[in-house]
Amino acid sequence: MSGNSSSISKPPSVDPGAIHKDPDMVIFGFWVFMMSDLIFFGVVFAIYITMIGATAGGPGPRELFDFGSLFAQTMLLLTSSLTVGIATITMKHQRSQGSFLFWVVITLLLGLGFLTLELYDFSEMAAKGGVPQRSGYLSAFFGLVPLHGLHVTFGCLWMLVMIVQVLMVGMTDLVKLRFLRLALFWHFLDLIWIGIFSVVYFGGWVYG
Amino acid sequence: MNIMDYGWLGKLSWDSIVFSKLFTNFSVSEVVASTAGSIVIFATVAILFLLTWFRVWGTLWSVWLTSTDHKRIGIMYIVFALVMMTRGLLEGMVMRAQQAAAPDGFLYADHFAQLFSTHGTIMIFFVAVPFVVGLVNYVMPLQIGARDVAFPVLNQISLAITASSGILLMVSLVVGEFSTGGWSAYPPYTGTDFNPGVGPDYWIWAIVFSGAGTTLTGINFTVTILKCRAVGMGFFRMPMFCWTVLCSSILMIFAMPPLSVAALMLGFDRYLDFHFFTNDLGGNMMNYANLFWLFGHPEVYLLVLPAYGIFSEVFSTYSAKRLYGYKSLVFATMSIAVLSFTVWLHHFFTMGQSPTINIVFGIATMLIAVPTGVKVYDWMATMYRGRIRFTTPMIYSIGFLILFVIGGLSGVILANPTVDFQVHNTLFLVAHFHNVLIPGVLFGLLAGYNYWFPKAFGFRLDERLGKWSAYLWIVGFMLTFFPLYGAGLLGMPRRSFSYMDLTFKPYMLVAFIGAMVVLCALVTLILQLLVSLRDRKKNRVPVGDPWDGRSLEWSISAPAPSYNFAELPRVTDRDEFTETKEQGRAYQPPKVYRNIEMPRNNPLGFILCVLSGILMFALVWYIWWLALITALAIIVVVIASTFRWDSEQIIPASQVQQDTERWLELVKNTEPVGRDLENTPQNNGYAKLEH
Repeated sequence: MSGNSSSISKPPSVDPGAIHKDPDMVIFGFWVFMMSDLIFFGVVFAIYITMIGATAGGPGPRELFDFGSLFAQTMLLLTSSLTVGIATITMKHQRSQGSFLFWVVITLLLGLGFLTLELYDFSEMAAKGGVPQRSGYLSAFFGLVPLHGLHVTFGCLWMLVMIVQVLMVGMTDLVKLRFLRLALFWHFLDLIWIGIFSVVYFGGWVYG
Repeated sequence: MNIMDYGWLGKLSWDSIVFSKLFTNFSVSEVVASTAGSIVIFATVAILFLLTWFRVWGTLWSVWLTSTDHKRIGIMYIVFALVMMTRGLLEGMVMRAQQAAAPDGFLYADHFAQLFSTHGTIMIFFVAVPFVVGLVNYVMPLQIGARDVAFPVLNQISLAITASSGILLMVSLVVGEFSTGGWSAYPPYTGTDFNPGVGPDYWIWAIVFSGAGTTLTGINFTVTILKCRAVGMGFFRMPMFCWTVLCSSILMIFAMPPLSVAALMLGFDRYLDFHFFTNDLGGNMMNYANLFWLFGHPEVYLLVLPAYGIFSEVFSTYSAKRLYGYKSLVFATMSIAVLSFTVWLHHFFTMGQSPTINIVFGIATMLIAVPTGVKVYDWMATMYRGRIRFTTPMIYSIGFLILFVIGGLSGVILANPTVDFQVHNTLFLVAHFHNVLIPGVLFGLLAGYNYWFPKAFGFRLDERLGKWSAYLWIVGFMLTFFPLYGAGLLGMPRRSFSYMDLTFKPYMLVAFIGAMVVLCALVTLILQLLVSLRDRKKNRVPVGDPWDGRSLEWSISAPAPSYNFAELPRVTDRDEFTETKEQGRAYQPPKVYRNIEMPRNNPLGFILCVLSGILMFALVWYIWWLALITALAIIVVVIASTFRWDSEQIIPASQVQQDTERWLELVKNTEPVGRDLENTPQNNGYAKLEH
């Protein structure tokens, strides 16, 4: 099954009904999903920006943000994007399953490390009175940053499932296709994090 | 009270059941509520009984509930929409009766508020959306020459969570109460400070889950249209309906997230004491208004664009002419889709922006009338010098043309901020949006229902009752909503459960009579279905082309085989099927029969429907253990489903050959009929070439 844009008809031996495994279409579908997810994030970003300053006398960015920890989180997440990329390359060049899994596990650990630091940050903020119930600003903060964290958690879960599936059935086409989408998702979360770092933390610190 | 302080059953108690209020507070209002609740219970029991009596549980499970076939999913969507429409319409009747009886109404103010809130929520999210999605599901893959949508299981999941949200709304009739905050649920009124009950929570979860379903549907349709078209079907060879679906699906992808965000944030405010939209501690209600209408305005185009597509198909088919101004219609559709994101602020001109901003959005709003006007002219030009057959879909379509222009013009009036300041929040607005949504969306959907029904079930709907129903809808609509323009201009506020100024009374009485006519229209619609079922043998159209159709869906048997096409078509023209018929290439066997791979049945959708329904109920009633269990179960089920490796089945070439040859044999033995005999039993779905 070929779309119009690349109207190369497939040879007759291939069953033309097998549209559901067309990798091109599946990956494209995932891009469209991310587009929708991006709007979701974009809207929450917009709310955050309008809420900067709505601290209602409670603690604001300058009292709450710990840039040392944030720098570490950023490094962990950016490195994990690199390692997930390496995993994709080992898959592409059909290196051993072991080396592929090695890079996936590294990515997973980096992701978990990121989440641990993020949760630690949240608890530090709470200790200073920075809880979402305190003000509109903090509600917006806790509406956005944990939303990203939730996505990362979901990504980690996905990665675990992928590891199990690779061990169960090996690197089949379906597994590869799923991993490609996971890698895209992971890069996407990286981009969102860069937005969060610049707008939420840095922007909040400057304008808050 | 802390949210963790509730017991095993959360907020649930005997007093939550609607009937308990009959004993504590006997009144007409409570009798109405209890009647509605008992209808829900009675209907559920009756359906369960009938399913058992006719022993169709097995069929229901294996043919419908677990099906991944886009055609069956589409039909289930439409059945769901029709059931919900019956409820929404009856609520409309009760509200009209209340306002006609005012100042001596029979409902409590809160009960009336629940009625307009559910009426709006149901009609938009559980009638218009699923009806559109259902028709698109059935028709679009056939029109583009595909075997299914891009992601069949995702399609099933979309239906599942839309249906469970709708069922949640039905449950709210029996257990607890619904929101009183209108379909737009503006905080801070819907916040816990003013609304500590479960009503807004019902609204929030129904919206969040069905909204997610619609987003997924949008993704699915977009990818299907962009990636699954038959060979040779360039963008400008797609039937007009597919173009409108593409634009509408893109709107779903972009417009649903703001709604989900708004509803979830409202949920955070209510459940976890956040301050997104509260009055105090830095909350900002305007953020909600912006988010809601950032969704809300594209939403109406999301609904009306596919209806435009249906009208385009109907005008072209029943005028036996190529659609006039195809490209201008495409560009008009695209312009509307883009412009729809630039007008949301006109829903709250009066909420304190500067005049400059109001003017910008006012002008943008008026601009939308331009591409819509282009469309109206294109449709009229399509009919011009065509051989018009005055069938049921055409009656809806012509009714639409006239009435929709009136509705559009009242929209242009409202687009002027200075006028809007006078009539905002009056019945003038209610008249306006019903005037665009009923002739625009509903008439389109009903036209499409009459038009494609024979394709889906293999027999025509009864034409005489169909026409009756169409005329009753048109007349009923005019009688109900035109008086509201007058009452609105006189200053009658919308959503009033009563009024003292008897100037409004005559308008309300006429509107009530109109509502009765609309009820008759619904009854005729149901009668039409029943009579057609009775006469199904007489009105069979197994060849599959009862209306001398122009696009690919008519080129296959009716009902369509599960794999749609024995051989995927190669498209050479915009009106592909008309072209093949005229060149004598129609009804040919494929050159070679091949095995066809199709998705297998999958129970995932049904399981998610049940689990998400329980999850929503548990969240509404603060039953935390149940919410936790179902949420975890959903995650486990979704992960487990990814371990299902053999998700495809093979339909053997021999089977395809047998089906196709039997059908071609039937074609050979069928007498082609001309258009004059279109609505007679002679029409077996084989159209005679007449030009």
